[in-house]
Amino acid sequence: MLNYALSRATQFALSLIFASVVVFALMSLLPGNAAQVALGTNATPEAVAALEAQYGLDRPPVIRYFDWVLGMLGGDFGTSYVTGAEITPVIVSSVQVTAILVIAAIALSVVIAVPLGTFAALEQRNWIGVTISAASQIGIAIPNFLAAIILVIVFSLTLGWFPSQGWMAPIEGFGGFLLRLVLPVVSLALVQAAILTRYVRSAVLDVMREDFIRTARAKGLTRTKALFVHGLRNAAIPVITVAGVQLATLLVGAVIIEQIFVLPGIGSELVRAVANRDLVAVQGIVMVLVLLVLIINLVVDILVPVIDPRIRSAA
Amino acid sequence: MPENLLEVRNLTITPAGAETPVLHDVSLSLASGERVGLIGESGSGKSLTAQSVMGLLPEELHAQGQVSLAGHDGNLLDADERTMAALRSDIVSMVFQEPMSALNPLMRIGDQIAEVLRIHGKVPRTQIPARVLALLSDVHMPDPDSARYAFPHQMSGGQRQRVMLAIALANSPRLLICDEPTTALDVTVQRRMLDLIAERVAAVHAGMLFITHDLAVVAGVCDRVIVMYRGRIVETGPVDRIFSAPEHEYTRGLLASSDLEATDDHGRLFTLKTALAYTGPRMPTAEGGEGRALAPDDERRDPSPAQRTGSLRAARGGGADGAREKEDRAAPVRDSAPLIEVSDVSRVFRARGMFGRRRSAVTALGGIDFTVAAGERLGIVGESGSGKSTLLNILSGLDRPTTGRVRVGDIRVEAASARALRALRENLQIVFQDPFASLDPRMRVADIVAEPLIAAGVGQDERLSRVEEMLDAVDLDAKSLRRYPHQFSGGQRQRISIARALVNRPQILVADEPVSALDVSVRAQVLNLLTDLVDEYALTLLFVSHDLGVVKHLCSEVIVMKDGAIVESGATDDIYANPQEEYTRRLIAATPSLAEALAAGGRVESGI
Amino acid sequence: MSHRPTGAQNPRDAAGVAAPPATAAMAMGPTESRRSALRLNASMVIGAVLVVLILGLALVSFFWTPYDPGEIDPVARLQSGSLDHPFGTDKFGRDTLTWVMYGARITLLVGVVAVGIALLIGTPIGIIAAIFAKQPWGIWIDAVIMRANDILLAFPALLLAIVFAAVFSPGTGPAMVAVGIAAIPGFARVARSGTLQVLGSEYVRAAKASNRGAPAIAAVHVLPNIAGMVIVQASVAFAISVLAEAGLSFLGLGTQAPVPSWGRMLQESQQFLSTHPELALWPGVFIALAVLGFNLLGDGLRDRFDPKMEARGA
Repeated sequence: MLNYALSRATQFALSLIFASVVVFALMSLLPGNAAQVALGTNATPEAVAALEAQYGLDRPPVIRYFDWVLGMLGGDFGTSYVTGAEITPVIVSSVQVTAILVIAAIALSVVIAVPLGTFAALEQRNWIGVTISAASQIGIAIPNFLAAIILVIVFSLTLGWFPSQGWMAPIEGFGGFLLRLVLPVVSLALVQAAILTRYVRSAVLDVMREDFIRTARAKGLTRTKALFVHGLRNAAIPVITVAGVQLATLLVGAVIIEQIFVLPGIGSELVRAVANRDLVAVQGIVMVLVLLVLIINLVVDILVPVIDPRIRSAA
Repeated sequence: MPENLLEVRNLTITPAGAETPVLHDVSLSLASGERVGLIGESGSGKSLTAQSVMGLLPEELHAQGQVSLAGHDGNLLDADERTMAALRSDIVSMVFQEPMSALNPLMRIGDQIAEVLRIHGKVPRTQIPARVLALLSDVHMPDPDSARYAFPHQMSGGQRQRVMLAIALANSPRLLICDEPTTALDVTVQRRMLDLIAERVAAVHAGMLFITHDLAVVAGVCDRVIVMYRGRIVETGPVDRIFSAPEHEYTRGLLASSDLEATDDHGRLFTLKTALAYTGPRMPTAEGGEGRALAPDDERRDPSPAQRTGSLRAARGGGADGAREKEDRAAPVRDSAPLIEVSDVSRVFRARGMFGRRRSAVTALGGIDFTVAAGERLGIVGESGSGKSTLLNILSGLDRPTTGRVRVGDIRVEAASARALRALRENLQIVFQDPFASLDPRMRVADIVAEPLIAAGVGQDERLSRVEEMLDAVDLDAKSLRRYPHQFSGGQRQRISIARALVNRPQILVADEPVSALDVSVRAQVLNLLTDLVDEYALTLLFVSHDLGVVKHLCSEVIVMKDGAIVESGATDDIYANPQEEYTRRLIAATPSLAEALAAGGRVESGI
Repeated sequence: MSHRPTGAQNPRDAAGVAAPPATAAMAMGPTESRRSALRLNASMVIGAVLVVLILGLALVSFFWTPYDPGEIDPVARLQSGSLDHPFGTDKFGRDTLTWVMYGARITLLVGVVAVGIALLIGTPIGIIAAIFAKQPWGIWIDAVIMRANDILLAFPALLLAIVFAAVFSPGTGPAMVAVGIAAIPGFARVARSGTLQVLGSEYVRAAKASNRGAPAIAAVHVLPNIAGMVIVQASVAFAISVLAEAGLSFLGLGTQAPVPSWGRMLQESQQFLSTHPELALWPGVFIALAVLGFNLLGDGLRDRFDPKMEARGA
């Protein structure tokens, strides 16, 4: 088990290093160079050269790469060529917003999907089960930004229950914070819940067909009880893996939701950086997102053998 | 009998949305403490019958009729899930076929046994751990104390089946249903398991409904037998009567085709069709009587005069005219050197850990020696993990030995070039075990059978005519050519597999457990076909099996393998009559045989 | 994209939980398979109808649209549905139906190109990795390929597309390529696991024993047997790319003005949400219909091709 965790950690580190090389290489692919991009095409060669010298862009790429990576390891994502501001504080504050959003959304979708999917599997042949299946199929097809727009139209513009946009930090007022969180979280979570419901349903259906469920019933448990005592833990294994992938995609999917609701999350910062052609910021933010995705994968990889002794002893 | 333990009346099961039932009007009863065998082949409905008693029928099946159980008033078919759950394990328990998947993989063994005690609350909570330990000891679990903390995947199939038995009998039910409980186990393990089931059922004074396809197993375990065929009960009666004087045609056929010691006038096994001539299992009346009875057959099966040379065809280069060339070489030339020579062969697999850190070596074969003469029929017998599959892979050039020498014909397999290996494979063909997995589901039969010919570069016209000829030889009609594998039954698929193996006229046929996945009646047909073809094409046969009965019927020579080594080898009759090694003796003793089981039947009964 | 439509295409293959309807097919083969045949047809038929609808819109737009997409009518701004403009008009008085029809083109173009890239690169990679995985000396090659695959998975489609938009200016081209690259791991995994399954089968052992070479085995046995799974994956990847394109265009990082695109229509509708919510309706409905169509088609095809169902056969 320790060996397994170590090997996963090594893999994680290697992936991260490789991803940083890819991101850096992509950014250096740019026609012209970062300074030129930052200053715009009208800039004089002298101004470009001055900026390059100021930020050390005239050094060889390998040096700049290590400079960048070592900086990040020390918590320094560099300085924007466009605004001249430190990037680290922006990332730190915006990641918190996104994290709150995404974690709340995945939690809500799990809370919705697990009972619903289980129920849909148990009532597979009834109209309730079929309805849940059909509804989740339609839910999957609705992009989260469309869900957001619909929610805003109904609950904000029509009913006026929630503000249509904006952010308030918890310390500024917890009520306001929650109020502004509801629509973004729900619009992210609804679609995720639809996807997760289908996975839970098919995982539970698979488990219900397992021989050990039949054994449990032969021991004297009812079908439903057999599912709860023996089935759900087994069904959890594929569902956890899926939920991990979902959390990762949710992180990126939040970009659009943050735009719609004007939330100061990392997605908003990323879009702003891209629009401003602020490559240093883009580089840093992308690395943070990749890091988070990899951490989620790592946690899932370590969580699964904790549940499943077969993988544990194979590891 | 005042009141029967189990009473099933007119049980009819129909799938939802279907007109025709899969189970017709089944009625049976089981007295308290009685042990009844429910016999049938796949699709006979024997498992469905048991599932309706347990209330475990799949939802999409609708059962009608009356099932009553002592200790419960009313029809079990009308009982709701909660009522059934209370009866299960308390009054009626079940052991299933597949020990590998029947236990929850995420839960420790001890907890899974404790659970069944807790559900029914017959044992005070504080005594549960002690009771779990006692139950594990009762089923003779080695080291029961630490077994409690094991997960299912850490146990062998036999051990898991013991756990299942412990769970099933934990609450001392009045009826135990066993659904093919030993089918997935090795022969020697199977015998021990059967003895254990008999012992434990007697110990708790339970009745037993024993479901199986294997007549020999029933004969040793049950007092009475019910025979099912295509969803109906065709015959029922005491073991002795059913096995000595079967009344129904199907029972007779089943009995005849499962008796590997009896053959018809042509030296072939009985099938459902020829069963009329069957006179019942031959009892071992005198010492060695059986062996002599078989002797004439064996002589007849000796290498035919049309012996081919030991040289491999492709040593001269194959090509499109290969077939004609082969006809020439079919001239009767007797080669003194053995066709296959295996000396000191070992095969070691290296398992690699993550990042190549932990390496462990697994010795699949260690120092194997044997020879096979041209025209010989060699049986290779061993249980799972004995290394027989590895040996086959090496012989057929699909794998190379780690050390040692293998010669097949003129070819040294361990050092063969790619060309030589091609030549080897043209001369040696394999029939695989699983008739469902060995045919590509997306290819038509014509293309499947033609595959070796395409590889050998045979032209299209000749290919077609040879495929047709071969299908005819395995008794499949020409319409089969355009069909896909899923349109055939298991036995028919195995015929297709045999046709593919023989279409390029190899000299050596390797059969890897070719009948172990087949129903008994089909098994006899396929074995007869194999015998005919081996004669007709003057093949050298290597027949791998875990079933000694089959090997005994088919092979003149046998090698017994265990843990990657040869335990014993020699003429089949000698080995059977006079096994030298303990393992061989155990294997022979464990192999269920109708005659022996019947003879022993009385002893089991009186032993209760 | 925050969407990962249903089924076994999940990038981490352990989670490949398809939803085969046949419970315990057991002894009653024919009836059960007839029933599940009916069921899968429902998914497949609805899916196919929706896909054909979108395809039809795009094709017709080449020959006829009610108006020219660039046609500005200051008088008829922000109209609701009418006989002249069935879907209404936008803030410049452009016909929404015309835009929806043109938008279908971009949606399909992005889907076809992205899925094409992913399928043509991912499938061979998966097959090759599986072939190496079967060789004792080639395990490490398989390991390297699959690790690279995992690393690519750390870049979800939308993130990669944003990076591409930053590096090469925003546009349909970079978006298609980015979405395509992000979809490669899915195909590689499906192809790899399918190929491993086929290569481990007894019929491939039989083919090898019959002297069939690796290329013949790949062509005759592997491709036909994994084709079904790859088609299912393509259908699902198509749905993902529709979502990704819409999302990117919504952010202004995808298809640029003046080319009509559903995502941008949705984005432009935002400023009129309180007064003209129907502006969001039509692009939203069509995005959802397209995604639903491809997902249902994938589901239907999966039931059709699922090897588990196949094995039960007969």
